[in-house]
Amino acid sequence: MINALLVPGLSMAALAAVLAVIILIAERYLLDYGEVDLTINDEKKFRVKGGNTVLSTLKDQHIFIPSACGGRATCAYCKVKAVSGFGDILPTETPLLTEEEIVDGIRLSCQIKIKNDVAIEIPEELFYIKEFRARAAKIIDLTYDIKWFHLELIEPDTIEFKAGQYIQFQTPEYGNQSESVYRAYSMCNVPSAKNRIELMVRLVPEGICTTYLFEYMKESDEVTFTGPFGEFYLRDSGRPMICVAGGTGMAPIRSILRTMPREEIEKRRPVFFFGARSRRDLFMLDEWREFERENPGFTFIPALSRPDQEDEWEGETGRITEVLTRHVDEDSDAEAYLCGSPGMLDACLSVLTQKGLPEDRIYYDKFE
Amino acid sequence: MEGTDVFVIFFASIFTNNILLSLFLGMCSYLSVSRELKTSWGLGLAVIFVMTCTSVVNYLVYYHLLVPLGLEYLRFIAFIIVIAAFVQLVEMVIDRVSSRLYSSLGIFLPLITVNCAILGASLFMVIRKYDFFQSLAFGLGSGIGWALAIMALAGLRSKMKRRSKVIPALEGPGVVLIITGIIALGFIGFSGLVQIG
Repeated sequence: MINALLVPGLSMAALAAVLAVIILIAERYLLDYGEVDLTINDEKKFRVKGGNTVLSTLKDQHIFIPSACGGRATCAYCKVKAVSGFGDILPTETPLLTEEEIVDGIRLSCQIKIKNDVAIEIPEELFYIKEFRARAAKIIDLTYDIKWFHLELIEPDTIEFKAGQYIQFQTPEYGNQSESVYRAYSMCNVPSAKNRIELMVRLVPEGICTTYLFEYMKESDEVTFTGPFGEFYLRDSGRPMICVAGGTGMAPIRSILRTMPREEIEKRRPVFFFGARSRRDLFMLDEWREFERENPGFTFIPALSRPDQEDEWEGETGRITEVLTRHVDEDSDAEAYLCGSPGMLDACLSVLTQKGLPEDRIYYDKFE
Repeated sequence: MEGTDVFVIFFASIFTNNILLSLFLGMCSYLSVSRELKTSWGLGLAVIFVMTCTSVVNYLVYYHLLVPLGLEYLRFIAFIIVIAAFVQLVEMVIDRVSSRLYSSLGIFLPLITVNCAILGASLFMVIRKYDFFQSLAFGLGSGIGWALAIMALAGLRSKMKRRSKVIPALEGPGVVLIITGIIALGFIGFSGLVQIG
């Protein structure tokens, strides 16, 4: 009886063991690329273990390339310039790179592997991106589905960022969620407060990260994020400014406007169009009115697309694009800063270009 | 199957008893990785390698391990373990040799493990009682036959992409299945040449 179980069990185990040994030996010889040199921007040299993707190798060296999809080749945030040592472009990359990028040698760092000595170029500011530990200091309700999170930095205890940039928040494992995910949120506070960041987040139904932030994270909990990232910041052109935001898109605009010195605001006369559905979706009205009083030259125009009867709304109504059409002059020499959902942004972009604003004077941050 | 000439088995498994076109085994990767000739060639080579090696190794495992111990009923598990191991090996080799091929095969590379044509070849070897060299010929021939079929299809598909108008509802796998049927009919024309099984 025992034999009847022992013989098949042992023989299968022996077969599996022999094959496992063969695979291990092959792995030892085939997948071991040894130590190779990774040169970044012609100046920094790292001795790294070969065989991994550029993205993960850089992460091990504490250099954080933005990435939202976790290496699945869908978000296309992790582009780097491959200078030497990489093979041909891969089929997984082609759909996400433009022809010019391909000519310039831009690649997706999550797809290309380091197998020999290689050289890459990355934007200088990526060296300043760090991983931060922080404590949730204060959580404030802004509307029924938007909260304002104050995070106090623990390690490192200061952050340098440009107003308008964002961080990637890392959710820990919680509830049934066994996988840690990254989500991008813009800072809404001014960079001069170096020891903390503030985020505005709207609850996404069944969103992994927002569910954590809204239902699981309590004040004084410890959290992790990397940053700062992003090309959405104030350009020093001296031009008049048109700012447009919807919902939590207010965050980077708030950071940008509150960072500008008084004289600059007086000179550049920013107008901030803020779109919401009804009165209950509006927030920080008092703060912006106060800001208007303190800073001559600044105008705040909130607009409701579907005001309720009981809202008794006397301000602008209609979609944000209609409000823009009414207020923005033809061929104005302004530059525009847009932030919000892709749908809203695309609509605003077409209104502004129709008004004669060239596309290179429109900066935007799409919240996807 | 004593007495059947090794070369007969080899040619029959390529043309008249093509494992894909006569038995429709190994369809999933055949349908999905046949858009480009280059990729199909790569996958075809990988299948040839895995099929040849696993037929031989599975022959040894079956007749020198399972039969003496009276464990023939475990052949499915044993064969799959061997196939899985060889696919791992192939994966490592391709990763080392060609990142481009590795990335274009994507998930279909590890999925060779569950490519029914490969397990099928090993099982036919047992059912038809092939000896060692016949198994080798059959494995190699079936692999080549499979690669031939997928490359024929890839060639047609890359031509069709440029020239043919396909009814939208039939685009992709639909029209591919129809084409496969026609190629299979064509291959029946070879059946006068040699015959096994």
